[in-house]
Amino acid sequence: MLRDTRLMMNMPITVEIADAAALPGQLEATYAHFAAVDRRFSFFRPDSEISLYNRGEITETQLSPELREIFTLAQHTKIQSHGYFDIRRPDGLLNPSGIVKGWAIRNAARLLRDSGLRHFYVDAGGDIQSMGLNADGQPWVIGIRNPFNDAEIIKAVKPQGRGMATSGSYVRGAHIYNPHRTNTELAEIISLTVLGKDVLEADRFATAAFAMGQTGINFIEDMPDLEGYAVARDGIATRTSGFGAFVAS
Amino acid sequence: MKSSFFAYVLTAAALLGAGSATAGTWGSPGMLSTPAPQIGGALLEPVLSGQHYKDGTFTGQVADAYYGPLQVQAVVQNGAITSVNVLTYPKDRGQSRRINNYALPRLQQEVIQAQNVRVNMVSGATLTSRAYLRSLASALGQAQ
Repeated sequence: MLRDTRLMMNMPITVEIADAAALPGQLEATYAHFAAVDRRFSFFRPDSEISLYNRGEITETQLSPELREIFTLAQHTKIQSHGYFDIRRPDGLLNPSGIVKGWAIRNAARLLRDSGLRHFYVDAGGDIQSMGLNADGQPWVIGIRNPFNDAEIIKAVKPQGRGMATSGSYVRGAHIYNPHRTNTELAEIISLTVLGKDVLEADRFATAAFAMGQTGINFIEDMPDLEGYAVARDGIATRTSGFGAFVAS
Repeated sequence: MKSSFFAYVLTAAALLGAGSATAGTWGSPGMLSTPAPQIGGALLEPVLSGQHYKDGTFTGQVADAYYGPLQVQAVVQNGAITSVNVLTYPKDRGQSRRINNYALPRLQQEVIQAQNVRVNMVSGATLTSRAYLRSLASALGQAQ
C-alpha cells in the first residue's frame, strides 16, 4: 500500500494505492499530473495558459485541446445550472478553477487505472475519486465532515466507484448550531455533498447546486445520476431519495 | 467547535511563518504531511501561548475561495483572538436567478449526528477554509 499527502494547488492532495503491485513511480506520476495541471490552468499563475488567455496574449484559436474541453464543460454546466455556475467573474476574467479541480482528479484516477491499478483513491481538497477496494479488501468509505466541527464526520458513505465532492461555506460561529429544530423556516445551506458518476460530475454540480442555496438539493434530486446530502446551518440535513443506498452503516 | 477554531488559527500562524505570498505559490510540497483534521492538539499549545497580538479589530485581505471572495475580521482582546467574523463568503454567483419550480421531491430530513464509523477519507469544503486561512493570516499579520 502506498499513500502520500502533498500540498498542491492550494489544497492537500492525498493519493492512496492499495494494489499490492503499486510502485512509487505511479504515486509520483499522479503528483506530476497535478503539478502540470496547476502550471497550465492555474488562474493564479501569471504564466499559465488561462492567464495568457485572460490577458489577451493568446486567442481562442490558439487554446490547447485541454483548455477547450474545460471551457466546454464550464459552458455545459452554466446551461445545466440555469446560470448559477459561471467561470466568468464580475471583472470579466475567466476563472475555470471550479471545473479544473474535478477534471484534474478524474484524470489522475484515469492515469492510475490506465497504468494497470485497480484499487486506489485520489482526494484533492475533499473531492474524491475512488476505485476498487481498500488495503483491507473492504469497500472504500468516505466520511462527510461536520461543517460545525472539523474533527467529526456526520455520515459515512460507500461511493461504490462514484465520485464525491463537497461545496460549502465557512460556519460563522458555533452559536448558530442548534441541533433541535425550533422553527420550520428553511435555513441557509452551509455544506452540500454530491455523489456523481465520477468526481468531475460530482464537483461541478456540487458547486452549481451550492450556489442555488436552499433549492440546490432539489436540483440534485431532479438530475439523473446525482445524489446529494445538504446540511443547513440549523444542523438539519436534507438528502436526496437515492442517497440512502450509499450510506455505510 | 473550539478545537477546530484553534486548528484554523494554528494553520494561519503557520502560514504567516511560511511567509504567505501569492495564492497558488505558498506552501511547499510536503508541508502538510497529514490532512488538516489530523492536526494534533499538542501542536497548538506553543502557538497559542507564544503568540501575542495587538488589541483591536483587524480585517484580512479578500481571498479567492475559488468560487467567490471571502474575507474575515479578527478581533483581539488582551492579546488573544476572541472572535473571527466572516465578512463575505461565496454564496451568490452567476447572474441568472431564474430557477424553475422543482417538483418538491421525496427528500428526507434528519438532524446531523457525529458518526463513530471508521472511514478511509473525508469530504468537506476545504477550498473555502483555505481562503479563510489566507484572509485570517493577513488579518493577524496586522495584529503583530
